[in-house]
Amino acid sequence: MIREPVTGAWLDIGPVGQISPGHARTLPVAGGPDESREIAVFHTLEGRFYALVNTCPHKAGPLSQGLVHGHVVTCPLHNWNISLKTGEAQGEDRGCVPVIPLKVDAGRIYLLRAAVLGENRRAA
Amino acid sequence: MNAPLSFNERRSLAPMRERLVVIGNGMAGCRAVEEILARDPARYAITIFGAEPRVNYNRIMLSPVLAGEKAFDDIVINGEDWYANNAITLIAGDPVAAIDRASQSVIARSGRIEPYDRLLIATGSDPFIIPVPGAELAGVVTFRDLDDVEKMLKAAEGGGHAVVIGGGLLGLEAAHGLSLRGMAVTVIHLMPTLMERQLDEAAGWLLKSELEARGQTILTGADTAEIVGDAGHVCGVRLKDGREIAADIVVMAVGIRPATALARGAGLQVERGILVDDHMVTSDPAIMAVGECVQHRGACYGLVAPLWEMCRALADAATGEPSGYEGSVTSTKLKVSGIDLFSAGDFSGGEGAEDIVLRDAARGVYKRVIVRDDRLVGAVLYGDTGDGAWYFDLLKKGEDIAPIREALIFGQAFASGGAQLDPSAAVAALSDDAEICGCNGVSKGKVIACIAGGAHSLDAVRGGCKASASCGSCTGLVETLLQLTLGEEVQSGPKSLCKCTSFTHADVRRLIVEKGLKVIPQVMQALGWSTPDGCASCRPALNYYLLCAWPGDYVDDQQSRFVNERLHANIQKDGTYSVVPRMWGGLTTPDELRAIADAADKYGARTVKVTGGQRIDLFGIHKEDLPAIWADLNAAGMVSGHAYGKALRTVKTCVGSEWCRFGTQDSTGLGVRIERMTWGSWMPHKFKIAVSGCPRNCAEATIKDFGVVCVDSGYELHVGGNGGIKVRVTDLLCKVATEEEALDVCAAFIQLYREQAWYLERTAPWIERVGLDHVKSALFDDPDAIASLAARFRFSQGFMQDDPWAQRAAGADAELHQHLAEVRPFPTQAILEAAE
Ligand code: SRM
Ligand SMILES: Cc1cc2nc3c(=O)[nH]c(=O)nc-3n(C[C@H](O)[C@H](O)[C@H](O)COP(=O)(O)OP(=O)(O)OC[C@H]3O[C@@H](n4cnc5c(N)ncnc54)[C@H](O)[C@@H]3O)c2cc1C
Ligand code: SF4
Ligand code: FES
Repeated sequence: MIREPVTGAWLDIGPVGQISPGHARTLPVAGGPDESREIAVFHTLEGRFYALVNTCPHKAGPLSQGLVHGHVVTCPLHNWNISLKTGEAQGEDRGCVPVIPLKVDAGRIYLLRAAVLGENRRAA
Repeated sequence: MNAPLSFNERRSLAPMRERLVVIGNGMAGCRAVEEILARDPARYAITIFGAEPRVNYNRIMLSPVLAGEKAFDDIVINGEDWYANNAITLIAGDPVAAIDRASQSVIARSGRIEPYDRLLIATGSDPFIIPVPGAELAGVVTFRDLDDVEKMLKAAEGGGHAVVIGGGLLGLEAAHGLSLRGMAVTVIHLMPTLMERQLDEAAGWLLKSELEARGQTILTGADTAEIVGDAGHVCGVRLKDGREIAADIVVMAVGIRPATALARGAGLQVERGILVDDHMVTSDPAIMAVGECVQHRGACYGLVAPLWEMCRALADAATGEPSGYEGSVTSTKLKVSGIDLFSAGDFSGGEGAEDIVLRDAARGVYKRVIVRDDRLVGAVLYGDTGDGAWYFDLLKKGEDIAPIREALIFGQAFASGGAQLDPSAAVAALSDDAEICGCNGVSKGKVIACIAGGAHSLDAVRGGCKASASCGSCTGLVETLLQLTLGEEVQSGPKSLCKCTSFTHADVRRLIVEKGLKVIPQVMQALGWSTPDGCASCRPALNYYLLCAWPGDYVDDQQSRFVNERLHANIQKDGTYSVVPRMWGGLTTPDELRAIADAADKYGARTVKVTGGQRIDLFGIHKEDLPAIWADLNAAGMVSGHAYGKALRTVKTCVGSEWCRFGTQDSTGLGVRIERMTWGSWMPHKFKIAVSGCPRNCAEATIKDFGVVCVDSGYELHVGGNGGIKVRVTDLLCKVATEEEALDVCAAFIQLYREQAWYLERTAPWIERVGLDHVKSALFDDPDAIASLAARFRFSQGFMQDDPWAQRAAGADAELHQHLAEVRPFPTQAILEAAE
């Protein structure tokens, strides 16, 4: 088990190969302003990566478990379609989940630290 | 090469000139010099340092050199005479080692010191080497300069095996060249799609198929673990999944990094690249930078077109007429002969973005343009790139495409035709003998005649003249003809599978078999899907249809499965899962019950419930704990109950003749036999079976998909019942005398349902749709039908009856269950704890 402090604006959460295309994996964040929450990191079939807070705006379904198509994830509980780019519900449904800024550099995935920890909202 | 003049000599030759020193004799550096000379040839005394021991050449043409289509001499841009005629001092083969900004001079590796008034950094990029064991072995090369090409050509002399790591533009061009040079080439690509930065899944699949047809081995989704060596030289590559591929040479083409070491060392502002302003000036006003090594307005580029624009702005500024560079939109083509591929802009969609897709399976064409707010924002073209330049132009200019939107995908000839803006006008303008359906050779005239003869729907046209009845890519054209001919009278046919296609479930099922379609992207291409990778409706359906059509051959596509089937458990409203072990025919034992009780305690099941299907459900299990609880249940002899699947659920039984005073046959025993035969099979929808020991029917067999009611003289077999949303009592299918016959009919009926029903259609609505007579005649008209259907079912079961829980418990697909990592925030930092 690696345990090393991570500093800087971006959190390196490891190589892209950890998430197969069309899937998502989860990143629990303990002890932040929300007590505990989970981030879902998605890998689309087009090879893009996105991250959202893992909570459906409808009834808090785990979006990480949804079906990914295009840049949309279909929530596993009641089939809302959530945009991976904006976190917004598509079509007739209304609601939005926070997007965690993500970048891929040299085969590794980075998440914006402040957004992962929910610090922007602590400040607000 | 002319002997370099000393600094003093040049000073005396051109005393008024400012000294311009260029680091990098590559594409951008020399182009910048050309642009400056074109504006003001007398302004600078120019010295160019080049790390490579040769003159300026066209790097992008290294691919044709490798492929044997060009020689080095053909790709020289500026030969020795150019340097001489322009009094440029070329110091080739002596790279600059440091920049001393205080004394305004550069120091070369040889120790040579060159002072400057203005310095231009054009160091390009360094190939990225993935840090795996063995990356330093002899025989591991990159693809960046002529030396690399020479190493590859040397290796290719002996034939043998080449492995190219990286299926991007560079890697594929390397693979193509090496393959033409006679090597057996394997491309290893981490992502699922080749050139995923430029191509979507559909185009990537077409490209992969074409390269495979040319004899290359393409491994996508393949992660390199190690490069294996023998006596210091590479001999193979091992993947993380354990596969090992022989290699006499390994080409690393996984990406590039701007070469910023010099600039960083000199204290210039550097992020990913050297930061420059719109005039290509770095944080030091005396130092400019251009090419792949720079970062401009947040962007770094890896193609030449933006470099040309940068060089123009740089020369304008360096000669006192600043214009400014504003960034570039790029487009890509692959230089592999015979493969036409074009990509530009952003194809990842996004808010308000809409895809327009055109597929022509017969010609192997896939075109997709992405439109947002009436502007073209991206394009991916495969097989027919004739309109690439036109799309790229629309994209760069940000032109309003609303007026030509309908015809946009058909290309410039259609869309810019003035009067032909309306695609139906374009179709109307086609001559009568224009071919509409390529597969069946049907002309426009024939289609119109068929419509005039009474075919007022797409299906009627398909039946009448066969147009659009095969690959379906002309469906849009036929529909337009129907509209043109009939106006409002067009009858809409049966509903299509989903919004991604105009084909119905029945069409898709038939065509998968007829055309031998084997994987999802292939179905989408052959049948002209209108979206790049389908949707949450069609992906699971296609996955099932392929699984059913090609048992043992088709590899299940996890991405196309709903969460329950992906995790082999039922998701609950709080995101936890329920676990239902199979209890064959509703039987259990004290040992099983003890194991269930232990598992419930150990994994904190908050509710334990007896289900309506005669087994026990454990609620509140976390996805991380699923493999462990399954391992415990497996250890007690239990397997997955598939309570989550479009699959055989349970076989409900009553006590039957063994105990019951009314029992006529061993209903429990038969139920267990039936469940042993049918468990694990994927179906269009869930499938429930029950066996009752007498007509009192305590197992409720007459509201099941398949129900057996035992009677004195044998077994009544019932089908098509449903106790769910819309209750339907079964139809009596037949009566048989023995358990063996009952099992055969059951297997045959299930297989018929598997092969013919539509995805998400249970047996009740299926039978209502096709009629009981159809089912009976399919089973009983031909005396061999039962046997052959049952044989197909049993064959397919040979691949299905492998407990998915046991596979997961043994470590399969562990990533589906594990968190990526855990983050523990602290006031000033975060702790990241890896999951493994
Ligand atoms: C657990 C159970 C209820 C119980 O506690 O008894 C159950 C639970 C669910 N049923 Fe059921 N059904 C259960 C027996 C039934 C029965 C009774 C039976 O099988 O004898 C029926 C009526 C019989 C039938 O299917 O004809 C039944 C008709 C449905 C339906 C309606 C199906 C239909 O064709 O109309 C649905 C909805 C669907 O499948 O789309 C459904 C869907 C569901 C789902 C999967 C809802 C969902 O999508 O989450 C529930 C999953 C809960 C879970 O996580 O376990 N469940 N469900 C029963 C599991 C049986 C088992 O051992 O596998
Ligand atoms: C095989 C191949 C195929 C390509 N195909 C295409 C294509 O089809 N289309 C396209 O648009 N682009 C293509 N590219 C990319 C294109 O070649 C680059 O974008 C372009 O060459 C970048 O120009 P540059 O001047 O920034 O870097 P370069 O051309 O790499 O020039 C940088 C030069 O600086 C030298 N240098 C580095 N450090 C020092 C130092 N310290 N001292 C002295 N000299 C130094 C290097 O040796 C090099 O010669 C291809 C590239 C390759 C390798
Ligand atoms: S009837 Fe079935 S689907 Fe409805 S709440 Fe009960 S278990 Fe869930
Ligand atoms: S919780 Fe996501 S759709 Fe209901």
